Amino acid sequence: MRYSGLKVIKEALTGHKGWRPTWRDPEPKKSYDVVIIGGGGHGLATAYYLAKNHGITNVAVIEKGWIGGGNVGRNTTIIRSNYLLDGNEPFYELSLKLWEGLEQDFNYNAMVSQRGILNLVHTDAQRDAARRRGNAMILNGSDAELLDVDGVRAMYPFLNFNNARFPIKGGLLHRRGGTVRHDAVAWGYARGADLRGVDIIQNCEVTGFKIENGKCLGVETTKGFIGANKVASCVAGSSSRVMEKAGMRLPIESHVLQAFVSEGLKPVLDGVITFGAGHFYCSQSDKGGLVFGGDLDMYNSYAQRGNLPVVEDVIEGGMALIPALGRVRMLRSWGGVMDMSMDGSPFIDKTHVDGLYFNGGWCYGGFKATPASGWCYAHLLATDTPHKVATEYRLDRFRRGCMIDEKGQGAQPNLH
Amino acid sequence: MIINHPILGPRDSQEFTYLGDATLIDRPDWEADDAAGQFHDYLYLRDNPAGEHRELWFHEQGDRSWLVVTRNTVTHEILNVELARDVARARGRSK
Repeated sequence: MRYSGLKVIKEALTGHKGWRPTWRDPEPKKSYDVVIIGGGGHGLATAYYLAKNHGITNVAVIEKGWIGGGNVGRNTTIIRSNYLLDGNEPFYELSLKLWEGLEQDFNYNAMVSQRGILNLVHTDAQRDAARRRGNAMILNGSDAELLDVDGVRAMYPFLNFNNARFPIKGGLLHRRGGTVRHDAVAWGYARGADLRGVDIIQNCEVTGFKIENGKCLGVETTKGFIGANKVASCVAGSSSRVMEKAGMRLPIESHVLQAFVSEGLKPVLDGVITFGAGHFYCSQSDKGGLVFGGDLDMYNSYAQRGNLPVVEDVIEGGMALIPALGRVRMLRSWGGVMDMSMDGSPFIDKTHVDGLYFNGGWCYGGFKATPASGWCYAHLLATDTPHKVATEYRLDRFRRGCMIDEKGQGAQPNLH
Repeated sequence: MIINHPILGPRDSQEFTYLGDATLIDRPDWEADDAAGQFHDYLYLRDNPAGEHRELWFHEQGDRSWLVVTRNTVTHEILNVELARDVARARGRSK
Protein backbone atom coordinates (compact mmCIF):
# COMPACT_ATOMS: atom_id res chain seq x y z
CA MET A 1 0.00 0.00 0.00
CA ARG A 2 1.47 3.31 -1.10
CA TYR A 3 0.05 6.63 -0.02
CA SER A 4 -0.25 9.95 -1.80
CA GLY A 5 -2.40 13.06 -1.61
CA LEU A 6 -4.09 12.05 -4.87
CA LYS A 7 -4.97 8.64 -3.41
CA VAL A 8 -6.57 10.26 -0.35
CA ILE A 9 -8.75 12.50 -2.55
CA LYS A 10 -9.71 9.61 -4.83
CA GLU A 11 -10.68 7.41 -1.91
CA ALA A 12 -12.65 10.21 -0.28
CA LEU A 13 -14.73 10.49 -3.46
CA THR A 14 -15.27 6.75 -3.86
CA GLY A 15 -16.30 5.79 -0.34
CA HIS A 16 -12.88 4.60 0.86
CA LYS A 17 -13.41 1.21 -0.78
CA GLY A 18 -10.00 1.04 -2.42
CA TRP A 19 -7.77 0.84 0.67
CA ARG A 20 -5.90 -2.42 1.01
CA PRO A 21 -4.10 -3.96 3.99
CA THR A 22 -0.89 -2.11 4.74
CA TRP A 23 1.16 -5.30 4.94
CA ARG A 24 0.72 -8.85 3.67
CA ASP A 25 -0.23 -11.78 5.90
CA PRO A 26 2.05 -14.52 4.51
CA GLU A 27 2.54 -18.10 5.58
CA PRO A 28 6.11 -18.73 6.79
CA LYS A 29 8.63 -20.05 4.27
CA LYS A 30 10.81 -23.05 5.18
CA SER A 31 13.79 -20.86 5.94
CA TYR A 32 15.08 -17.30 5.95
CA ASP A 33 18.41 -15.51 6.14
CA VAL A 34 17.26 -13.81 9.34
CA VAL A 35 14.34 -14.64 11.61
CA ILE A 36 13.46 -11.88 14.08
CA ILE A 37 11.47 -12.99 17.12
CA GLY A 38 9.12 -10.24 18.26
CA GLY A 39 6.99 -7.92 16.10
CA GLY A 40 7.22 -4.89 18.33
CA GLY A 41 8.80 -1.56 17.51
CA HIS A 42 12.36 -2.84 17.82
CA GLY A 43 11.80 -6.04 15.85
CA LEU A 44 10.04 -4.25 13.01
CA ALA A 45 12.65 -1.48 12.96
CA THR A 46 15.37 -4.12 12.80
CA ALA A 47 13.67 -5.77 9.81
CA TYR A 48 13.21 -2.39 8.13
CA TYR A 49 16.87 -1.37 8.49
CA LEU A 50 18.12 -4.85 7.55
CA ALA A 51 16.28 -4.44 4.27
CA LYS A 52 16.96 -0.74 3.73
CA ASN A 53 20.53 -0.32 4.98
CA HIS A 54 21.96 -3.75 4.30
CA GLY A 55 19.85 -5.15 1.44
CA ILE A 56 18.92 -8.23 3.45
CA THR A 57 15.28 -8.88 2.55
CA ASN A 58 14.90 -12.63 3.06
CA VAL A 59 13.72 -11.89 6.57
CA ALA A 60 10.78 -12.94 8.73
CA VAL A 61 9.42 -11.16 11.79
CA ILE A 62 7.59 -13.66 13.99
CA GLU A 63 5.07 -12.30 16.45
CA LYS A 64 3.15 -14.27 19.10
CA GLY A 65 0.13 -11.96 18.99
CA TRP A 66 -0.39 -9.02 16.65
CA ILE A 67 2.35 -6.56 15.77
CA GLY A 68 2.66 -3.53 17.98
CA GLY A 69 0.56 -5.15 20.71
CA GLY A 70 3.27 -5.12 23.35
CA ASN A 71 5.24 -2.27 24.81
CA VAL A 72 5.30 -0.14 21.65
CA GLY A 73 1.55 0.19 22.23
CA ARG A 74 1.76 0.59 26.01
CA ASN A 75 4.28 3.38 26.62
CA THR A 76 3.94 7.11 27.24
CA THR A 77 5.33 7.99 23.76
CA ILE A 78 8.25 10.14 24.86
CA ILE A 79 11.44 10.51 22.82
CA ARG A 80 14.57 12.15 24.20
CA SER A 81 18.34 12.17 24.10
CA ASN A 82 19.25 13.34 27.60
CA TYR A 83 21.50 10.64 29.00
CA LEU A 84 24.69 11.22 30.95
CA LEU A 85 27.09 8.36 30.30
CA ASP A 86 29.29 7.82 27.26
CA GLY A 87 27.97 4.29 26.76
CA ASN A 88 24.43 5.62 26.36
CA GLU A 89 24.25 9.18 25.08
CA PRO A 90 25.69 8.69 21.56
CA PHE A 91 23.21 5.85 21.05
CA TYR A 92 20.20 7.89 22.16
CA GLU A 93 21.40 10.88 20.14
CA LEU A 94 21.49 8.68 17.02
CA SER A 95 17.98 7.56 17.92
CA LEU A 96 16.70 11.12 18.23
CA LYS A 97 18.31 12.07 14.89
CA LEU A 98 16.56 9.08 13.29
CA TRP A 99 13.25 10.16 14.85
CA GLU A 100 13.73 13.59 13.32
CA GLY A 101 13.85 12.15 9.80
CA LEU A 102 11.66 9.10 10.35
CA GLU A 103 8.41 10.15 8.71
CA GLN A 104 10.11 11.25 5.49
CA ASP A 105 12.21 8.09 5.59
CA PHE A 106 9.37 5.58 5.76
CA ASN A 107 6.65 7.85 4.31
CA TYR A 108 4.23 7.34 7.15
CA ASN A 109 2.78 9.87 9.55
CA ALA A 110 4.19 9.02 12.98
CA MET A 111 3.28 12.47 14.37
CA VAL A 112 6.80 13.14 15.68
CA SER A 113 6.39 16.26 17.81
CA GLN A 114 9.51 17.88 19.26
CA ARG A 115 7.71 19.78 21.95
CA GLY A 116 10.54 19.83 24.46
CA ILE A 117 11.20 18.02 27.72
CA LEU A 118 11.78 19.89 30.96
CA ASN A 119 13.40 18.05 33.89
CA LEU A 120 12.69 20.11 36.98
CA VAL A 121 15.25 20.59 39.75
CA HIS A 122 14.39 21.33 43.36
CA THR A 123 17.72 21.59 45.16
CA ASP A 124 21.14 23.10 44.52
CA ALA A 125 22.64 19.63 44.22
CA GLN A 126 20.08 18.70 41.60
CA ARG A 127 20.92 21.86 39.66
CA ASP A 128 24.59 20.87 39.67
CA ALA A 129 23.66 17.39 38.44
CA ALA A 130 21.44 18.89 35.74
CA ARG A 131 24.27 21.18 34.59
CA ARG A 132 26.63 18.22 34.38
CA ARG A 133 24.09 16.17 32.46
CA GLY A 134 23.40 19.08 30.13
CA ASN A 135 27.10 19.43 29.38
CA ALA A 136 27.38 15.70 28.67
CA MET A 137 24.43 15.96 26.30
CA ILE A 138 25.93 18.94 24.45
CA LEU A 139 29.30 17.19 24.17
CA ASN A 140 27.53 14.32 22.41
CA GLY A 141 25.73 16.57 19.94
CA SER A 142 22.42 16.84 21.75
CA ASP A 143 20.89 20.06 23.07
CA ALA A 144 20.33 21.28 26.62
CA GLU A 145 19.45 24.55 28.34
CA LEU A 146 19.53 25.19 32.06
CA LEU A 147 16.56 27.33 33.08
CA ASP A 148 16.27 29.31 36.29
CA VAL A 149 12.98 29.45 38.13
CA ASP A 150 11.76 32.46 36.14
CA GLY A 151 12.46 30.58 32.93
CA VAL A 152 10.35 27.67 34.16
CA ARG A 153 7.61 30.03 35.37
CA ALA A 154 7.39 31.64 31.95
CA MET A 155 6.78 28.22 30.36
CA TYR A 156 4.51 26.59 32.93
CA PRO A 157 3.02 29.16 35.32
CA PHE A 158 0.57 26.65 36.79
CA LEU A 159 3.20 24.48 38.50
CA ASN A 160 3.45 24.53 42.29
CA PHE A 161 6.60 26.64 42.62
CA ASN A 162 6.34 27.15 46.37
CA ASN A 163 5.91 23.60 47.57
CA ALA A 164 7.29 23.86 51.12
CA ARG A 165 9.42 20.75 50.81
CA PHE A 166 10.29 20.72 47.11
CA PRO A 167 10.26 24.27 45.71
CA ILE A 168 11.06 24.44 42.00
CA LYS A 169 14.51 25.95 41.50
CA GLY A 170 14.81 25.58 37.75
CA GLY A 171 15.02 22.89 35.13
CA LEU A 172 17.01 21.30 32.35
CA LEU A 173 15.26 21.89 29.05
CA HIS A 174 15.83 19.51 26.15
CA ARG A 175 14.04 21.20 23.26
CA ARG A 176 14.46 18.44 20.69
CA GLY A 177 12.76 15.88 22.92
CA GLY A 178 9.06 15.29 22.55
CA THR A 179 6.40 12.71 21.75
CA VAL A 180 5.46 10.40 18.89
CA ARG A 181 2.29 8.58 17.90
CA HIS A 182 3.52 5.22 19.19
CA ASP A 183 1.29 2.78 17.24
CA ALA A 184 2.15 4.52 13.99
CA VAL A 185 5.82 3.74 14.62
CA ALA A 186 5.09 0.00 14.57
CA TRP A 187 2.80 0.36 11.55
CA GLY A 188 5.23 2.56 9.63
CA TYR A 189 8.15 0.19 10.15
CA ALA A 190 5.95 -2.82 9.37
CA ARG A 191 4.79 -1.24 6.13
CA GLY A 192 8.32 -0.22 5.15
CA ALA A 193 9.69 -3.69 5.87
CA ASP A 194 6.82 -5.44 4.10
CA LEU A 195 7.27 -3.29 0.97
CA ARG A 196 10.88 -4.44 0.83
CA GLY A 197 9.92 -8.10 1.00
CA VAL A 198 10.06 -8.90 4.73
CA ASP A 199 7.47 -11.49 5.85
CA ILE A 200 5.56 -10.39 8.95
CA ILE A 201 4.07 -13.52 10.50
CA GLN A 202 1.56 -12.80 13.24
CA ASN A 203 -0.10 -15.21 15.70
CA CYS A 204 2.97 -17.41 15.57
CA GLU A 205 4.66 -18.16 18.88
CA VAL A 206 8.23 -19.38 19.18
CA THR A 207 8.23 -22.54 21.29
CA GLY A 208 11.92 -23.43 21.09
CA PHE A 209 15.23 -23.10 19.31
CA LYS A 210 16.93 -25.76 17.24
CA ILE A 211 20.54 -25.67 18.39
CA GLU A 212 23.09 -28.24 17.20
CA ASN A 213 26.81 -28.19 17.96
CA GLY A 214 26.60 -24.69 19.35
CA LYS A 215 24.90 -23.31 16.23
CA CYS A 216 21.32 -22.06 16.05
CA LEU A 217 19.61 -23.54 12.97
CA GLY A 218 16.15 -22.04 13.39
CA VAL A 219 13.11 -21.80 15.61
CA GLU A 220 10.27 -24.14 16.48
CA THR A 221 6.98 -22.27 16.30
CA THR A 222 3.26 -22.91 16.54
CA LYS A 223 3.32 -22.83 12.71
CA GLY A 224 6.10 -25.42 12.48
CA PHE A 225 9.86 -25.25 12.19
CA ILE A 226 11.38 -22.20 10.48
CA GLY A 227 15.03 -22.45 9.52
CA ALA A 228 17.33 -19.44 9.70
CA ASN A 229 20.97 -18.54 9.23
CA LYS A 230 20.55 -16.03 12.01
CA VAL A 231 17.91 -15.82 14.75
CA ALA A 232 17.43 -12.46 16.44
CA SER A 233 15.49 -12.28 19.68
CA CYS A 234 13.80 -8.91 20.22
CA VAL A 235 11.15 -9.49 22.86
CA ALA A 236 11.86 -7.06 25.70
CA GLY A 237 9.51 -7.82 28.59
CA SER A 238 9.67 -11.55 27.85
CA SER A 239 13.39 -11.89 27.17
CA SER A 240 14.04 -14.29 30.04
CA ARG A 241 11.18 -16.57 28.98
CA VAL A 242 12.36 -16.77 25.37
CA MET A 243 16.10 -17.02 25.98
CA GLU A 244 15.54 -19.69 28.63
CA LYS A 245 14.58 -21.95 25.70
CA ALA A 246 18.14 -21.48 24.46
CA GLY A 247 19.50 -22.33 27.91
CA MET A 248 20.40 -18.77 28.86
CA ARG A 249 19.98 -16.95 32.17
CA LEU A 250 19.94 -13.19 31.69
CA PRO A 251 20.90 -10.22 33.88
CA ILE A 252 17.26 -9.15 33.72
CA GLU A 253 14.15 -9.09 35.90
CA SER A 254 10.67 -8.43 34.49
CA HIS A 255 8.79 -5.63 36.22
CA VAL A 256 5.46 -3.93 35.63
CA LEU A 257 5.25 -0.19 34.96
CA GLN A 258 1.93 1.61 34.99
CA ALA A 259 0.83 4.57 32.92
CA PHE A 260 -2.25 6.73 32.98
CA VAL A 261 -4.34 9.02 30.81
CA SER A 262 -6.91 11.59 31.86
CA GLU A 263 -10.08 12.76 30.17
CA GLY A 264 -9.52 15.08 27.21
CA LEU A 265 -8.76 18.69 28.08
CA LYS A 266 -8.20 21.83 26.09
CA PRO A 267 -4.49 22.47 25.42
CA VAL A 268 -2.84 23.15 28.76
CA LEU A 269 0.55 21.45 28.67
CA ASP A 270 2.52 21.92 25.47
CA GLY A 271 5.65 20.00 26.41
CA VAL A 272 6.77 17.16 28.63
CA ILE A 273 7.61 17.88 32.28
CA THR A 274 9.22 15.65 34.86
CA PHE A 275 9.05 16.17 38.62
CA GLY A 276 12.52 16.08 40.16
CA ALA A 277 11.48 15.34 43.74
CA GLY A 278 9.29 12.32 43.11
CA HIS A 279 8.76 9.99 40.22
CA PHE A 280 6.16 11.69 38.02
CA TYR A 281 6.18 12.88 34.41
CA CYS A 282 3.42 14.25 32.26
CA SER A 283 2.58 15.37 28.75
CA GLN A 284 -0.64 16.10 26.89
CA SER A 285 -1.64 13.95 23.94
CA ASP A 286 -2.95 15.42 20.71
CA LYS A 287 -6.40 14.18 21.71
CA GLY A 288 -6.13 16.28 24.87
CA GLY A 289 -5.63 13.65 27.55
CA LEU A 290 -2.87 14.15 30.08
CA VAL A 291 -0.54 11.17 29.74
CA PHE A 292 1.54 10.46 32.81
CA GLY A 293 3.39 7.84 34.74
CA GLY A 294 5.81 7.22 37.56
CA ASP A 295 7.61 4.40 39.28
CA LEU A 296 7.63 0.68 38.73
CA ASP A 297 5.47 -1.41 41.04
CA MET A 298 8.86 -2.67 42.33
CA TYR A 299 8.16 -6.44 42.35
CA ASN A 300 8.74 -8.99 39.56
CA SER A 301 5.67 -9.24 37.36
CA TYR A 302 4.50 -10.45 33.97
CA ALA A 303 0.92 -9.33 34.61
CA GLN A 304 0.65 -6.20 32.39
CA ARG A 305 -1.28 -4.61 35.23
CA GLY A 306 -0.18 -3.07 38.50
CA ASN A 307 -1.60 -2.40 41.93
CA LEU A 308 -3.16 0.58 43.70
CA PRO A 309 -0.26 1.71 45.95
CA VAL A 310 1.71 2.88 42.93
CA VAL A 311 -1.36 4.57 41.45
CA GLU A 312 -1.63 6.53 44.68
CA ASP A 313 2.09 7.32 44.67
CA VAL A 314 2.04 8.61 41.09
CA ILE A 315 -1.03 10.77 41.69
CA GLU A 316 0.54 12.20 44.87
CA GLY A 317 3.58 13.20 42.84
CA GLY A 318 1.32 14.75 40.23
CA MET A 319 -0.63 16.71 42.82
CA ALA A 320 2.57 18.00 44.40
CA LEU A 321 3.72 19.33 41.04
CA ILE A 322 0.44 20.36 39.35
CA PRO A 323 -2.25 21.04 41.96
CA ALA A 324 -4.80 21.63 39.19
CA LEU A 325 -4.55 17.92 38.39
CA GLY A 326 -6.92 17.36 41.32
CA ARG A 327 -9.82 18.58 39.19
CA VAL A 328 -9.08 16.22 36.32
CA ARG A 329 -10.74 12.84 36.03
CA MET A 330 -8.61 9.82 35.20
CA LEU A 331 -9.74 7.89 32.18
CA ARG A 332 -7.54 4.81 31.93
CA SER A 333 -4.50 3.14 33.42
CA TRP A 334 -2.54 0.21 32.11
CA GLY A 335 0.68 -1.70 32.73
CA GLY A 336 3.53 -2.86 30.58
CA VAL A 337 6.15 -5.48 31.37
CA MET A 338 9.72 -4.19 31.36
CA ASP A 339 13.01 -6.02 30.94
CA MET A 340 14.76 -4.38 33.92
CA SER A 341 18.47 -4.99 33.54
CA MET A 342 21.00 -5.02 36.36
CA ASP A 343 22.45 -1.61 35.51
CA GLY A 344 19.45 0.01 33.84
CA SER A 345 20.96 -0.17 30.36
CA PRO A 346 20.10 -2.41 27.39
CA PHE A 347 21.78 -5.20 25.43
CA ILE A 348 22.37 -5.55 21.69
CA ASP A 349 24.74 -8.47 21.37
CA LYS A 350 25.61 -11.91 20.07
CA THR A 351 25.10 -14.83 22.44
CA HIS A 352 27.25 -17.85 23.23
CA VAL A 353 25.24 -19.73 20.57
CA ASP A 354 26.49 -19.16 17.03
CA GLY A 355 23.77 -17.52 14.94
CA LEU A 356 21.65 -16.46 17.92
CA TYR A 357 21.47 -12.76 18.74
CA PHE A 358 19.90 -10.88 21.60
CA ASN A 359 18.29 -7.46 21.94
CA GLY A 360 16.59 -6.56 25.23
CA GLY A 361 16.95 -5.12 28.70
CA TRP A 362 15.42 -1.78 27.66
CA CYS A 363 14.03 -1.03 31.13
CA TYR A 364 11.47 1.74 30.64
CA GLY A 365 13.49 3.46 27.91
CA GLY A 366 12.66 1.19 25.01
CA PHE A 367 10.30 3.36 23.01
CA LYS A 368 12.62 6.31 22.46
CA ALA A 369 15.35 3.85 21.47
CA THR A 370 13.28 2.16 18.76
CA PRO A 371 14.98 3.58 15.63
CA ALA A 372 18.55 3.29 16.91
CA SER A 373 17.88 -0.14 18.37
CA GLY A 374 16.68 -1.38 14.99
CA TRP A 375 19.53 0.42 13.23
CA CYS A 376 22.25 -1.02 15.48
CA TYR A 377 20.72 -4.50 15.72
CA ALA A 378 20.47 -4.66 11.93
CA HIS A 379 24.12 -3.56 11.76
CA LEU A 380 25.13 -6.34 14.16
CA LEU A 381 23.10 -8.96 12.28
CA ALA A 382 24.46 -7.90 8.89
CA THR A 383 28.12 -7.39 9.78
CA ASP A 384 28.62 -9.42 12.99
CA THR A 385 30.24 -6.36 14.58
CA PRO A 386 28.52 -3.96 16.97
CA HIS A 387 27.55 -0.54 15.66
CA LYS A 388 29.93 2.11 16.98
CA VAL A 389 27.29 3.72 19.23
CA ALA A 390 26.25 0.34 20.70
CA THR A 391 29.63 -1.14 21.57
CA GLU A 392 28.94 -1.02 25.30
CA TYR A 393 25.65 -2.93 25.17
CA ARG A 394 27.30 -6.30 25.71
CA LEU A 395 25.93 -9.18 27.77
CA ASP A 396 29.31 -9.77 29.44
CA ARG A 397 29.74 -6.22 30.73
CA PHE A 398 29.00 -7.24 34.33
CA ARG A 399 31.70 -9.88 34.23
CA ARG A 400 34.13 -7.26 32.90
CA GLY A 401 33.04 -4.66 35.46
CA CYS A 402 31.89 -2.26 32.72
CA MET A 403 28.35 -1.47 33.85
CA ILE A 404 26.47 1.49 32.36
CA ASP A 405 24.68 2.53 35.51
CA GLU A 406 23.12 5.96 34.84
CA LYS A 407 21.74 6.23 38.35
CA GLY A 408 24.56 4.51 40.24
CA GLN A 409 22.11 2.14 41.94
CA GLY A 410 24.01 -1.13 41.58
CA ALA A 411 22.54 -4.53 40.72
CA GLN A 412 19.03 -3.75 41.95
CA PRO A 413 16.83 -3.68 38.84
CA ASN A 414 13.74 -2.10 40.42
CA LEU A 415 15.73 1.00 41.41
CA HIS A 416 16.91 1.92 37.90
CA MET B 1 -1.44 -7.34 47.58
CA ILE B 2 -1.85 -8.66 51.12
CA ILE B 3 1.10 -10.52 52.59
CA ASN B 4 0.15 -12.95 55.32
CA HIS B 5 3.02 -12.37 57.75
CA PRO B 6 3.79 -15.55 59.76
CA ILE B 7 3.90 -13.57 63.02
CA LEU B 8 1.81 -10.44 62.43
CA GLY B 9 -0.94 -11.81 60.20
CA PRO B 10 -2.23 -10.18 57.00
CA ARG B 11 -0.34 -6.95 56.17
CA ASP B 12 -0.59 -4.55 53.21
CA SER B 13 2.34 -5.02 50.80
CA GLN B 14 2.89 -1.24 51.00
CA GLU B 15 4.55 -1.81 54.39
CA PHE B 16 7.26 -3.86 52.69
CA THR B 17 10.18 -3.18 50.39
CA TYR B 18 11.15 -5.69 47.75
CA LEU B 19 14.60 -7.11 47.19
CA GLY B 20 14.15 -9.89 44.63
CA ASP B 21 14.77 -13.56 43.99
CA ALA B 22 15.16 -15.59 47.21
CA THR B 23 18.26 -17.30 45.80
CA LEU B 24 20.04 -14.20 47.16
CA ILE B 25 20.00 -16.13 50.48
CA ASP B 26 22.45 -18.61 48.98
CA ARG B 27 25.57 -16.48 49.01
CA PRO B 28 28.47 -18.29 47.29
CA ASP B 29 31.57 -19.45 49.13
CA TRP B 30 34.15 -16.69 48.80
CA GLU B 31 36.98 -19.19 49.22
CA ALA B 32 35.94 -21.37 46.28
CA ASP B 33 38.34 -21.52 43.33
CA ASP B 34 35.71 -20.10 40.96
CA ALA B 35 34.36 -17.57 43.49
CA ALA B 36 34.52 -14.66 41.01
CA GLY B 37 32.35 -16.53 38.51
CA GLN B 38 29.95 -17.69 41.21
CA PHE B 39 29.55 -14.16 42.55
CA HIS B 40 28.91 -12.84 39.03
CA ASP B 41 26.07 -15.33 38.59
CA TYR B 42 24.79 -14.70 42.12
CA LEU B 43 24.76 -10.94 41.78
CA TYR B 44 23.73 -10.40 38.16
CA LEU B 45 21.85 -13.39 36.70
CA ARG B 46 18.23 -14.26 37.45
CA ASP B 47 15.81 -17.05 36.51
CA ASN B 48 13.02 -14.45 36.25
CA PRO B 49 10.19 -16.97 35.87
CA ALA B 50 6.64 -16.29 34.70
CA GLY B 51 4.69 -18.12 37.36
CA GLU B 52 5.75 -19.15 40.84
CA HIS B 53 8.59 -17.03 42.20
CA ARG B 54 10.21 -17.19 45.64
CA GLU B 55 11.33 -13.72 46.62
CA LEU B 56 12.60 -11.65 49.52
CA TRP B 57 10.43 -8.93 51.05
CA PHE B 58 11.51 -6.72 53.96
CA HIS B 59 8.90 -5.55 56.46
CA GLU B 60 10.36 -2.06 56.65
CA GLN B 61 7.27 -0.34 58.07
CA GLY B 62 6.57 -3.19 60.48
CA ASP B 63 8.70 -5.57 62.50
CA ARG B 64 11.67 -5.28 60.10
CA SER B 65 11.75 -9.00 59.45
CA TRP B 66 12.80 -10.51 56.13
CA LEU B 67 10.25 -12.80 54.53
CA VAL B 68 10.41 -15.35 51.72
CA VAL B 69 7.19 -14.88 49.78
CA THR B 70 6.14 -17.36 47.12
CA ARG B 71 4.09 -15.41 44.62
CA ASN B 72 2.78 -15.96 41.12
CA THR B 73 4.31 -13.28 38.85
CA VAL B 74 1.53 -13.66 36.28
CA THR B 75 -1.47 -13.30 38.63
CA HIS B 76 0.17 -11.60 41.69
CA GLU B 77 -1.38 -14.33 43.86
CA ILE B 78 0.60 -14.95 47.07
CA LEU B 79 0.93 -18.67 47.70
CA ASN B 80 3.14 -18.96 50.76
CA VAL B 81 4.95 -16.73 53.26
CA GLU B 82 7.87 -17.83 55.45
CA LEU B 83 10.34 -16.07 57.70
CA ALA B 84 13.58 -15.76 55.74
CA ARG B 85 15.57 -16.72 58.84
CA ASP B 86 13.74 -20.07 58.99
CA VAL B 87 14.45 -20.65 55.30
CA ALA B 88 18.12 -19.74 55.75
CA ARG B 89 18.52 -21.98 58.81
CA ALA B 90 16.86 -24.89 57.02
CA ARG B 91 19.52 -24.44 54.34
CA GLY B 92 22.30 -24.62 56.92
CA ARG B 93 23.01 -20.91 57.31
CA SER B 94 23.87 -19.08 60.59
CA LYS B 95 23.40 -21.90 63.05
